[in-house]
Amino acid sequence: MLSFENISHGLHNWLSAIMSETPVVLIELTLVALAAITLFAALGLILVYMERKVAAVIQIRKGPNRVGPMGIFQTAADTLKLVMKENFMPDSVDKFLYKLAPFVVMITAMLILAPMPFAQGFQIWNINIGVFYVTAISSISVIGVLMAGWASNNKYSLLGAMRSGAQIVSYELSAGFAILSIVALTGSLNLNDIILSQQDGWWIFKGHIPVWIAFVIFMIAVTAETNRAPFDMAEAESELTGGFHTEYGGMRFALFFLAEYINIFIVCGIGATLFFGGWMPFHIGHWEGFNHVMDYIPSSIWFFGKTFFLIFVIMWFRWTFPRLRIDQLLNLEWKYLLPISLFNLLLITVIAIKGWHF
Amino acid sequence: MGSGSLISLILAAVAFSAGGLAVAKFLTKGSTNSQKGQTYECGVPTSGSPWNQFHVGYYLFALIFLIFDVELVFMYPWAVVVKKVGMPALFEILVFVFILFMGFLYAHKKGALKWM
Repeated sequence: MLSFENISHGLHNWLSAIMSETPVVLIELTLVALAAITLFAALGLILVYMERKVAAVIQIRKGPNRVGPMGIFQTAADTLKLVMKENFMPDSVDKFLYKLAPFVVMITAMLILAPMPFAQGFQIWNINIGVFYVTAISSISVIGVLMAGWASNNKYSLLGAMRSGAQIVSYELSAGFAILSIVALTGSLNLNDIILSQQDGWWIFKGHIPVWIAFVIFMIAVTAETNRAPFDMAEAESELTGGFHTEYGGMRFALFFLAEYINIFIVCGIGATLFFGGWMPFHIGHWEGFNHVMDYIPSSIWFFGKTFFLIFVIMWFRWTFPRLRIDQLLNLEWKYLLPISLFNLLLITVIAIKGWHF
Repeated sequence: MGSGSLISLILAAVAFSAGGLAVAKFLTKGSTNSQKGQTYECGVPTSGSPWNQFHVGYYLFALIFLIFDVELVFMYPWAVVVKKVGMPALFEILVFVFILFMGFLYAHKKGALKWM
């Protein structure tokens, strides 16, 4: 059976056979870095193209269709354009923080990839507190956003960054409670254990209505956390031109833009892992034959299929709901989502203790 | 892979970002213009510095967030063991959440959650 686990073990054994330990570790770390960079670039190209095509389909127009067949090289052309632009920096900015901010955002986006289970046995670091790690690291990115907004010495940037900060930290709470409800059901923080607990059905089907409520709250919260419409207060174009990255251009802007799309991928991947079983194929209780047929579809296709479906849902939100005002946004979180998600977590705990789930 | 992969990921992010910036620097040539370095606020000359006071609401929300975030951190280990420990764990967290929720209602009543 050809699986990622066998491939990585085989590679490790082969490398260990021909050289000593230190170069093996160095080569493996380089491979990890190269794989992560490739994933970053590929995801950036695919997601931007997907965003534009989904927008076009929803608005009944064609979208990008000039560069290459069906416009598939449009994002590559856009990237080239951004690289060709000057690394321009306004005079009045705080130079050190202005330059540091894109790096902070990119490093956090890259670090969250570590515990992501992309397929069966395909994970950079199988850490036993995976869920906690993801929530902890993802809250660092708000520092990068605040840094960029403050260092730009621009009123739009500062307002955008403050709004973004308030929004990200607020919605982190209800996202955290939604994640905790799955942790309470499985009793583990390890992302692989959470996936294995869904062997006889995904939590969204096993956990009755409370898990659906948790899932809906999770989706709303992560849409807000990634600064996507209808919660794109941070860069509301008609109010704040570009929000916290108004003063950024060229490659530095491209880094912010890329990190934003990677963050969407990451939160959707976490959502797919927690609620839809990650790489676990679609299984129903004791239907052995049906489960065997489903196992023939590779696990990586299941993971990416679910993740891209959730990304599509988030893109769909953008063209369905009008933008909220800042006070409505904070009201929604503090007066509705937070009490509901806290109560829902206690309800799911009762279900977990009593074993009322399937 | 162990925790060493984190160092490798950080280096990958730095290399990716710095590499992009270096390529951009190599490919482009700058131009000079007396107004180029000015702050962009839709073409109108800027008045005043943005580095001064901002709305206190953000600060209040940040404080309440801090309380709930610490609560969330306390609840992670609880959520891992709650299935094994059973009902006593649920009652204990109910007391904890009840006390916290009283504080939340107090903040609500005081108007800390109201914008403007």
